[in-house]
Amino acid sequence: MQLRDKVISIIAEKAVLDPSDVTLDASLASLGVDSLAMVEAIFAMEEAFDISIPFNANDPAEGRFDISTVGSIVAAVEDLLAQKVT
Amino acid sequence: MRRVVITGAGTVNALAHDVPGTLAAMAAGRCAIGPLDIPDVERLTVRIGAAVTGWDPAAHLTRGQLAATDRFAQFALVAAAQAMAQSGLAVGEGHDCGAIIGTAGGGLTTTDAAYRAVYAEGKNRVAPLTVPKLMPNAAAGHVSMAHGLRGPVFALSSACASGTHAIGLASHLIRAGAARAMLAGGAEAMLSFGGIKAWEGLRVMSERACRPFSATRDGMVQGEGAAVFVLEERAAALARGAPILAEVLGFALTSDAGDLVAPSQAGAEQAMRAALADAGIAPAAVGYINAHGTGTTANDRTEAAAIRAVFGAAPPPVSSTKAMHGHVMGATGAVEVLACLLALQDGILSPTIGFETADSDCDLDVVPNAARRAEVAVTLSNSFAFGGLNAVLVLGRI
Repeated sequence: MQLRDKVISIIAEKAVLDPSDVTLDASLASLGVDSLAMVEAIFAMEEAFDISIPFNANDPAEGRFDISTVGSIVAAVEDLLAQKVT
Repeated sequence: MRRVVITGAGTVNALAHDVPGTLAAMAAGRCAIGPLDIPDVERLTVRIGAAVTGWDPAAHLTRGQLAATDRFAQFALVAAAQAMAQSGLAVGEGHDCGAIIGTAGGGLTTTDAAYRAVYAEGKNRVAPLTVPKLMPNAAAGHVSMAHGLRGPVFALSSACASGTHAIGLASHLIRAGAARAMLAGGAEAMLSFGGIKAWEGLRVMSERACRPFSATRDGMVQGEGAAVFVLEERAAALARGAPILAEVLGFALTSDAGDLVAPSQAGAEQAMRAALADAGIAPAAVGYINAHGTGTTANDRTEAAAIRAVFGAAPPPVSSTKAMHGHVMGATGAVEVLACLLALQDGILSPTIGFETADSDCDLDVVPNAARRAEVAVTLSNSFAFGGLNAVLVLGRI
């Protein structure tokens, strides 16, 4: 499974949606992912990709990990994996 | 109706190991949050906390107590002894004096050590007193044995509202005539590797500082310690010439029956209104509010809105002392009663330290960074817990 599809499947599971309903331009709020579900999704991504994601629920917009859309999350996970390889 | 007064106070927390030291630190706006010195701290993301430092339990406890107590119960025992010494309460041989000690986690230091031994170190034995040390009611049990309390004695667990619930419920027992006097408060020692690691999972902890109500806040910081009070029926306390520190005017406990972790403005509002109604006090009579004020985005915004809704255009000064002593979890409401006593007895409003920038979502006078003098006759103390549990205590000057 591609990284993008894996991220989408994790978010879909937390949003209780079918992966086909989760598009890259969707915001988490539009998918019904609340802050607790977001924290669970972050954890699932950390476990799936063996990465550590800098995310503080008090300040999600802080910019260390961009969660504004599904696409931005995919890109942020890609960045973290690239940093891990080098 | 039987009225209830506080006749003794004791505490061990990161600011000081007694009440006078704690009140002086609150008045001075001292911060007890610093780098943690615990095993495996390098594996933590959150490495700060308000730890009780220089703790020498052997200076206060018997050898038997030392061998049979977790850190949280030691804090409770010492705080209870201070409160009893101040109160001068004679317990007697009856079944009319008791203790309710709130705790969120119980003997977590003991649990952590036992898990470390069997899982990390591969040992096949744990210390023989592991169970009686870790049980959440251990503190209440030890306090009862130390002072001969033969009435209602139990632990109470409502996460971060435990201490406030304990004091409120103890006051209800006395009001109802089910007890003559009660020791009540909270105790917590969660600054272990496992205790902090679990909190890291929620992603609500700050790695830097606790800045309640400040726009720059980024989470809570854990503390540890205990505070215990002697509560008595007012007429009996007056008759014996007991020191009266404050009266418990009212108490309310409500539940949101909503979200497991997200705070509810309606729930907080309802709890404050109900506590004021129980006290028979108009909002305008309240001179100081000790906020729950955790320093998380969600709590502070929600609590500020609830206070605005209850108190209208001109709410009284509000401060969160958690920026000084940390969030003491199940003990925090009890430790924060000390800030109410400081306001009622000495006319000093404890500051919200670490305050940097005003947040339009928290439009309150938070007594930023420096204590202030004010004549206060009535205080309100808020505690809001995971599970959607709210507890609000109204205290009055004698």
